[in-house]
Amino acid sequence: MAAPPPLAAYALRLGDDSLILGQRLSEWCGHAPALEVDLSLANVALDLVGQATHFLGVAGEVEGKSRDADALAFKRDVLDFTNCLLVEQPNGDFAQTIARQFLFSHFQELLFDALTGSSEPRLAAIAAKAVKEVTYHAQLASDWVVRLGDGADESKARMSAGLDWMWRFVDELFAMDALDNTLLKQGVAIDKAQLRPAWDARIESVLADAMLSRPAQRRPVLGGREGHHSEHLGHLLSEMQFLQRAYPGAMW
Amino acid sequence: MYTTDLSGKDKKKSEPIPLAQEDPALLAAFEARVANDEFIEPKDWMPEAYRRTLVRQISQHAHSEIVGMLPEGNWITRAPNLRRKAILLAKVQDEGGHGLYLYAAAETLGTSRAEMIEALHSGRAKYSTIFNYPTLTWADIGAIGWLVDGAAIMNQVPLQRTSYGPYARAMVRVCKEESFHQRQGYEIMMALAAGSREQKRMAQDALNRWWWPSLMMFGPPDDKSPNTEQSIRWRIKRETNDELRQKFVDVSVPQAEAIGLRIPDKKLRWNEARGAYDFGEIDWEEFYSVVRGEGPVARERMAARVKAWDEGAWVRDAAQAHAAKRAAAKLAAE
Repeated sequence: MAAPPPLAAYALRLGDDSLILGQRLSEWCGHAPALEVDLSLANVALDLVGQATHFLGVAGEVEGKSRDADALAFKRDVLDFTNCLLVEQPNGDFAQTIARQFLFSHFQELLFDALTGSSEPRLAAIAAKAVKEVTYHAQLASDWVVRLGDGADESKARMSAGLDWMWRFVDELFAMDALDNTLLKQGVAIDKAQLRPAWDARIESVLADAMLSRPAQRRPVLGGREGHHSEHLGHLLSEMQFLQRAYPGAMW
Repeated sequence: MYTTDLSGKDKKKSEPIPLAQEDPALLAAFEARVANDEFIEPKDWMPEAYRRTLVRQISQHAHSEIVGMLPEGNWITRAPNLRRKAILLAKVQDEGGHGLYLYAAAETLGTSRAEMIEALHSGRAKYSTIFNYPTLTWADIGAIGWLVDGAAIMNQVPLQRTSYGPYARAMVRVCKEESFHQRQGYEIMMALAAGSREQKRMAQDALNRWWWPSLMMFGPPDDKSPNTEQSIRWRIKRETNDELRQKFVDVSVPQAEAIGLRIPDKKLRWNEARGAYDFGEIDWEEFYSVVRGEGPVARERMAARVKAWDEGAWVRDAAQAHAAKRAAAKLAAE
């Protein structure tokens, strides 16, 4: 299979991040620790599914193979998904879910904020709308990190464990590869490595407020952008794609 | 969604003050206001029996919204496309929102949300029987929106004029959202009914399974609904169970016909003289057994609620502990 145009591949990454995290969060629906939490997690999931729909739509359009957002979401297998590994991590307990959201949403907010200046107008327009949503996601997650970290002993232990679990996947968020560099030269993509200091400062500040320390640095786990995922993604896809796979060609 | 009329089915705790022992002057003034279609507000005097009936009805309604998130939540991760996924997520989130403001309305009557949730988990409080049926295929999501939310609207529209102000106002907002829910459900059924052979089969099967339980949502027949008369007099209810059920049948039959689905009732036929559909006998034994908690997935539903609540205890404790710490720190700084 010929490589897709760089812009399509880039839009796909952005869409896959949102899609997979939205799918994960929607698993909570009806089962959260409190009604208010249930509503806010569903809200975030809804925003993410919306972003995914837009980004995947652009990817399909640029690719020019008559694949729409649904075809891309429901008819690709793991090797063709290019989301980062962080977003596909299982929900675990509420602290683990919050750790994932906290680390990702701050990254996504910085990314989208920069992307509003992209030379590609479709990406800039999606980012401009989405950055407002993501600012709320980052705030929501930060508030919970502080509540849990500076709450009770059990919540502190769980919050630390959740951050520790997710920390391996942080470096991948900021990793630049050939695709990023090609599009960066054209003014389309963002230099993610340059977002890292701002991200570090935000994370440090919230962790300090939460009386938590930064997890120990470990060897980063990478591979999501090349389609090499954790074992979890295949299961997520088999559930998400079940109807489209069981009834090929059906309209819903 | 809406709670089935389960009047008198909650296990009794203590009896409220009987009406006969209320202050006659206050009672007469109260009855006159209600008869005059005025709203009763939280700080107004009200008979204990009125308060108790409302707490029971509103909390059952709230519990139904929350438990009702489960059967539909079952399909969010498997929704067939992005649009359906987003709509279903938004819908289930709406149900949670309804639960939240119904709990808030019930709290104005002096019962806390924690007490109400405890009553649900211990089995003392009931919720709509409809949610104790399983969602087996995607078509069930269509059938629930179309029929269950359709029945809910029938039940709730009159409640926008119910006598208790906070409940009536909550209903205004709930009804707006329910009509969107009903349309999305019918739209799912339309797509399936116009789809492949397998999709049509799914749609018809879902209608077959959800039709009778939907009719049961209106509660027992009028001659077996002991509290109806009192509730109508107090404007807690505005139409009887049988009246609402008939309305629902009359609206739903042409909707099924329009998309080529068959209502699973051999006795269903248009009665020219009544200007309404005659329909078959409801299996009341099934209804009462589901009310008793013997619905096909009643145990799964309650287990899921209790699990979410128990596993979330440390989160709620942490939030409280954190709020207390911050409040103490603020106080110390002043």
